[in-house]
Amino acid sequence: MTFELLLFYLFGAILLGGALAMISVRNPVHAALFLVLCFFAAAAIWLLAEAEFLGIVLVLVYVGAVMVLFLFVVMMLDINLAKLREGFTEYLPVGIVVAVAMATVLVAVITRYITMDVPERAGPEYANTEALGAILYTEYVYPFEIAAVILLVAIIAAISLTMRKRPDNKSIDPGQQMAVSREGRVRMVSMASEKKKSPRRGAQGGGADGQQDDQSK
Amino acid sequence: MITLEHYLVLAALLFSISVAGIFLNRKNVIVLLMCIELMLLAVNINFIAFSFFLQDLAGQVFVFFILTVAAAEAAIGLAILVLLFRNRGTINVQDLDAMKG
Repeated sequence: MTFELLLFYLFGAILLGGALAMISVRNPVHAALFLVLCFFAAAAIWLLAEAEFLGIVLVLVYVGAVMVLFLFVVMMLDINLAKLREGFTEYLPVGIVVAVAMATVLVAVITRYITMDVPERAGPEYANTEALGAILYTEYVYPFEIAAVILLVAIIAAISLTMRKRPDNKSIDPGQQMAVSREGRVRMVSMASEKKKSPRRGAQGGGADGQQDDQSK
Repeated sequence: MITLEHYLVLAALLFSISVAGIFLNRKNVIVLLMCIELMLLAVNINFIAFSFFLQDLAGQVFVFFILTVAAAEAAIGLAILVLLFRNRGTINVQDLDAMKG
């Protein structure tokens, strides 16, 4: 058994163990953390298959962003765990039967019919990121731009879905602020000028020009 | 020597485990979403393995796009989940029967 095969078995065992723990654990927060463990082990296995760039991307994007999003949502929602767990033992036999049947069929097909020669390991001068970039920005540049549009759609959809208007929100609508006109704020009143000696007697209030809608007193 | 079968068997077992997870956690939408992420991971392992054994980078480009779409899916799915919880106060799949399906 070579060293890399040993590493493969080690990380494969971590991956499968993490997956089993994820589907059977009680608390969704623990499930999310076990999924993080699965992603780390999968990244190590991708590194063994010379996919260095994608292994690092898996750690950065999935562990760093997507799983933090999951954890954030799990912790934000106040969910009743006991209610969500009922039916677990009821569906346990069905789940096990389906999973075992599926795994048996898949493994039987794979081990019997699919074989391929193991290629030579790439030398130290091979750069996976460089090679991937060289075809991603030339041959696959159109799908790459579509992927960018998909991410933009996801951003807009997530924001517009979760944004809500609070009734007690005191924020100002900039559109309304910009639409203010002079006629809406100022009323020109034509009236006779007052005498200077008796300021309290004339009950008309305010100055002659620029009166502010009678609310100042 | 790691052969192609090693990778494919690992991915098949991972996929089967996540299918079992969908059966077991069929009330909890969050864990269902996590199981879907695990399934996509299993498929990606297959792509990476074939990319290495065929010495063809197209498989890795495909994984790149799957990761992009899966990230978008997770973001929108969780946004829908938050909206659901805000409106109905539950994420139990059994309670989401407003469409009488």
